[in-house]
Amino acid sequence: MLEIKNLHANVGGNEILKGLDLTVNTGEVHAIMGPNGSGKSTLAHVLAGRPGYEVTQGTVLYKGQDLLAMAPEERAREGVFLAFQYPVEIPGVSNVYFLKAAMNALRKHRGQPELDAFDFLNLVKEKSKIVDIDDSLVKRPVNEGFSGGEKKRNEIFQMAILDPQLAILDETDSGLDIDALRIVSNGVNQLRSPNRAMVLVTHYQRLLNYIQPDFVHVLVEGRIVKSGGKELALELEQKGYAWLEGAPA
Amino acid sequence: MTETATTAAGVFGALHGPFARTALGTDFVRQLRADAFARFEAAGLPTPHDEQWRHTSLGPIAAGTFRLPDDRAADGGQLAPLHLDAYEAVFVNGRYSPALSNIRGLPAGLQVASLRDQLTSGADLVRTHLSQVAALDKPFTALNTAFLDDGAIIHLAAGVIVEKPIHLVFFSTSTGTPFMSSPRVLIIAERGSQAKIVETYAGEAEEAYFTNAVTEVVLEDGAVVDHYKRQVESDRGLHLGRIEARQGRSSTFNSFSLAFGGALSRTDIDVRFAGEGGECGLYGLFLGHGTQHVDHHTLIDHAAPRCSSREVYKGVLDGKSRGVFFGTIVVRPDAQKTDAHQTNKNLLLSREALVNSTPRLQIEADDVRCKHGSTTGQLDATALFYLRSRGIGEAEARSLLTYAFAADVIERITLPALRKAVAADLDLRMPGAGAIVEAAS
Repeated sequence: MLEIKNLHANVGGNEILKGLDLTVNTGEVHAIMGPNGSGKSTLAHVLAGRPGYEVTQGTVLYKGQDLLAMAPEERAREGVFLAFQYPVEIPGVSNVYFLKAAMNALRKHRGQPELDAFDFLNLVKEKSKIVDIDDSLVKRPVNEGFSGGEKKRNEIFQMAILDPQLAILDETDSGLDIDALRIVSNGVNQLRSPNRAMVLVTHYQRLLNYIQPDFVHVLVEGRIVKSGGKELALELEQKGYAWLEGAPA
Repeated sequence: MTETATTAAGVFGALHGPFARTALGTDFVRQLRADAFARFEAAGLPTPHDEQWRHTSLGPIAAGTFRLPDDRAADGGQLAPLHLDAYEAVFVNGRYSPALSNIRGLPAGLQVASLRDQLTSGADLVRTHLSQVAALDKPFTALNTAFLDDGAIIHLAAGVIVEKPIHLVFFSTSTGTPFMSSPRVLIIAERGSQAKIVETYAGEAEEAYFTNAVTEVVLEDGAVVDHYKRQVESDRGLHLGRIEARQGRSSTFNSFSLAFGGALSRTDIDVRFAGEGGECGLYGLFLGHGTQHVDHHTLIDHAAPRCSSREVYKGVLDGKSRGVFFGTIVVRPDAQKTDAHQTNKNLLLSREALVNSTPRLQIEADDVRCKHGSTTGQLDATALFYLRSRGIGEAEARSLLTYAFAADVIERITLPALRKAVAADLDLRMPGAGAIVEAAS
């Protein structure tokens, strides 16, 4: 589904990714771990197409297509979803309206008719259970005045509605207390599917107690220096990242 | 009476002589016009040296050739998009059009009438209130008064509460030499009365004309008036408008200025607290595109204690448009316990758009709470990416964020009929915004 080869990327003129390779297959959950500044979030944003993140070398194939040639909205319409570390507040625009606009953009791309209000609200009702998001949050302006936990739940709720094929979760656990982490993780687990791949970007092993990945990769200085199964996360928890810094790719 | 055309005001001098001789009105009205024109001539047109006119050039008006409006009719079709579910009085080229209006079945205690009838009948309201709130020391008030011919009078008797909005439509249609119309609105809200009043200024697309409007609002003690000005003049229209309100004790005045049209437009809003415990809210949204120039000057005069004012103005400027916000709050020495907030925020959608923002507090009392602030910025790149990452196309994402910027002003428009109209106005300028307003209604 996703094949990243020798990816180099600059942000603000600094090279952050320095030859990253990663292959993710449908149905798999991969965790990308690494110390601060290793390039985890940069990878997430490059995959979603954030302007200003300049790819200087390498290729990214998504479902066999050149992902890097697509605009961010095209990637989304093709099934890529990024759950933001810092979801953006949009005053005056209700969550429902925003989701409907997004949903219909995706449907239009697939040649499907727009969902009518009734079907859409039913979908919202169904998916809101996944992260226990209540009606008032759904109707409120996007993320405005939401707590940290509510924002993250809203990201997973959006993911549930948009039903992506490749979901990238950028530090979804950051800033969450244990209850919120449980709710969010539970939501993510419900969205695991043989038809969907997930990439979890996280600094801490904590998230992986709740969402068990199939693979764990350690990103240090812009490259993946070690890959393994979920037990690698526990090893990192005990040893930290220092022993891997300067390790060969 | 002056009939020369040799002064700075000469452009209008040539018009005034014939007008003054033929225009209808009582002696009181004739004298008022003559006095006003003398004041206008003596002062002349403001220049850029005048602080109040530093950012807005009157070139197109000073250099213009104007005529007085003729009695052209407009057809109902042109006006249909402007229609609201309201008591509606329609003015074509400044002249009241009974055929296009619908002010039948007004509730007891509410009067909505053509000002012209009152000017000729010697009505007491005119003698008592006309030109009392809007002083002739403002040159364009003087000019409007000099050419006083028609407009609207809205009178609310004490305690009358009118639920249905009152809508005044000023529509301009013309060919050939641009004309100047001088609509005048006089609103008198007696003690404890309440009303919602909308003024719409619009014109036939592509037509050039000059509208110089003045609205005077008298709020007696405890009166509540929501006043909406919706300016959607033609792209070539020149629009100057002044709204002056004088508030009695414990009265409430909410003013909205929605300025979307016109090649050059300026709206001045002056509110004076004449009694204790008054409240006012001034809200504005101005949009500029192409080479539009859109100016707002506001003045809130806290001349009495324990009054509160809230002011939020938002500007969205695209293309090579220019925006001006000049907002002054004055707190007089005995206006203790004043509570005043003023905010102006502007969004520049292009590199060539420009805004001049001047928030001013002039505080002469010591026990007050006053805050003001002004910011100007661009669309947030992260927010834009956020929307696009959900599959929303770039143009739609920009519209959505532009709407979001203006949302807190639009959401305060509580009149359902007007919200719908404004949604349509916005949709022309930020595609998709109309649907958001509708969704939020």
